[in-house]
Amino acid sequence: MGSSTIEGQPGTAAEPAGDQPREVERSGRTRRLVSLAVLLVGAILFLFPFYYMVVGALQQSPDPTLAGAFPNPANLTLDNFAAINGRVNLLRTLLNSGIFTGGVLLATMVIGLLAGYALAQLEFRGKGLIFNVLLLGLIVPFMLLMIPLYVMIVRWYGLADTYLGMILPFAVSPTAVFIFRQFFRQIPKDLFDSARIDGASEFNVLTRIAVPLAKPAILTAVLVTFIGPWNEFLWPFLVTKDAAKMPLAVALANFITTIASSVANPFGAIFAGATVLALPVVVLFVIFQKRFTSSDLGAGIKG
Amino acid sequence: MAALAPDAGVKPRRRLLGKHPIGLLFAGPYLIYWLLLFAYPLGFAVYMSFRDYFFTAPGAQVDRPFVGLENYIRLIGDDDVHRAALNVVIFIVINVPLTVALGLILATALNTAIPGRTFFRVGFYLPYVSASVAVVAVWLYLFNGSGLVSNLLGSLSPDPPFLINSAWAMPIIALFATWKQLGFYVLVYLAALQNIPGELYEAASVDGAGTIRKFWSVTVPGVRPATTLVVILATIVGANFFTEPYLLTGGGGPNGASISPVLLMYRQGIEQGNPGYAAAIGVTLAIIVMGLSLLNRFLLDEE
Repeated sequence: MGSSTIEGQPGTAAEPAGDQPREVERSGRTRRLVSLAVLLVGAILFLFPFYYMVVGALQQSPDPTLAGAFPNPANLTLDNFAAINGRVNLLRTLLNSGIFTGGVLLATMVIGLLAGYALAQLEFRGKGLIFNVLLLGLIVPFMLLMIPLYVMIVRWYGLADTYLGMILPFAVSPTAVFIFRQFFRQIPKDLFDSARIDGASEFNVLTRIAVPLAKPAILTAVLVTFIGPWNEFLWPFLVTKDAAKMPLAVALANFITTIASSVANPFGAIFAGATVLALPVVVLFVIFQKRFTSSDLGAGIKG
Repeated sequence: MAALAPDAGVKPRRRLLGKHPIGLLFAGPYLIYWLLLFAYPLGFAVYMSFRDYFFTAPGAQVDRPFVGLENYIRLIGDDDVHRAALNVVIFIVINVPLTVALGLILATALNTAIPGRTFFRVGFYLPYVSASVAVVAVWLYLFNGSGLVSNLLGSLSPDPPFLINSAWAMPIIALFATWKQLGFYVLVYLAALQNIPGELYEAASVDGAGTIRKFWSVTVPGVRPATTLVVILATIVGANFFTEPYLLTGGGGPNGASISPVLLMYRQGIEQGNPGYAAAIGVTLAIIVMGLSLLNRFLLDEE
């Protein structure tokens, strides 16, 4: 608002001459005020459920009236986290989510970076074919693959209740390959060629030049890929029946549908679990928000 | 100069495999992954959809009879399929206009010089990056019979309550998904708005166009690619609901009123052991979704 007062000062002078700029100026200020009001309403609508989740997670007894949306100091407790932890082993399920997500990230980074680098910087037979294959991977919806993947991974290979079974269908995302390809395309080929002329092997060009250069792209791809498996429900739900192997999202969903009624304050316990599930992504996103938005957007539009 | 000699020797290989044959090795893992976990299941889905496929113990060799188009004929007359298809339409009818209107309004507001833009951007995006299971849990307690929304509405709240009311269950899911994804589209529209050259607005002003005229003649055509994306993704999202009907409306209830295609595939293919039929639903859906995407892209590009 500081800038508007500076611009607002000299408006009182020469009426006819200053007419047009003043009108533009006034409409600029109104526009900013309207924008701010619109954005504030939007922020409340977007953020209220998160606020409500945290407040609900900290309440001793549930209060579904409007008063319940404001924390009552006399009603605050951490019991709900203990309650959900008594039914769903939070540490274990968080670890499972971590292994699932970590496995997906590792495979995506290694395979995706190699493929993205090769597609952007190297000339080899079959390159065009592999690129078209990549595009096909981006347009075919996952639902078509759900049933056959379930038959293959769970029934044929007996990978139910294993981390490998959870990881496999997500192990490489075409989006990540795309991010790496786009990144390496911006880098002049001469950079790699000069290393080759100096006698570096292709493997050295990759490990000494391409990988260190790709650090920003790796961070971007990690951030974009991380959300997928961490938040995923359907696939790990199909693969895990053993509570000791369930990621937190699956264990929490199970708690909601079957066992929530067995605790004193199911509302609070569910919100406590939801807070634990949502927190890591929210923190990561807030810290890295600049990279997240622009890159995720790019991947979304180009895909 | 020693580098030249081996180079000259590999010319035939170079002609066969390209300038950097190692590219095949680098892109190879992705290609193998694609063949095993994308192309094969894709073909398997089509194969299964023409068979009376059933689950057996791993390794058992049994004949799954070829049934021709039987699975496809069955889905044409299946009431659940009709309802799931109708629900996709309900979702699109609610989601697309809301997303386009609110996305454009919020993006326009975000595109002005106001304080706290980063806060708004992060806040709007938070639902999009958060786990469905976590935020569905909050909506569950906002919209159930004794929840905050029902309390606020008092006697205006529907009876039976939102989530177990067959007229409201699907619209609530549509509203949930619209809320969750709106932040993503706000940023898509923001990027589109920033890509419209300022000269277009200046030229329109010179021609005497007012704010509203400029909005329809410059802004709306300028953000058309973003609108195409909204329409295409709405079809895919609508078909892919699983977490939402599974948790929010107690498994697509009441009486299947909020069933989604993917939930139906899960029930038929995995719970009831008819993977062949589920695969037929998946193939049909994938064809429709991809066909609509192409059609949308074509129609919107034509204009």
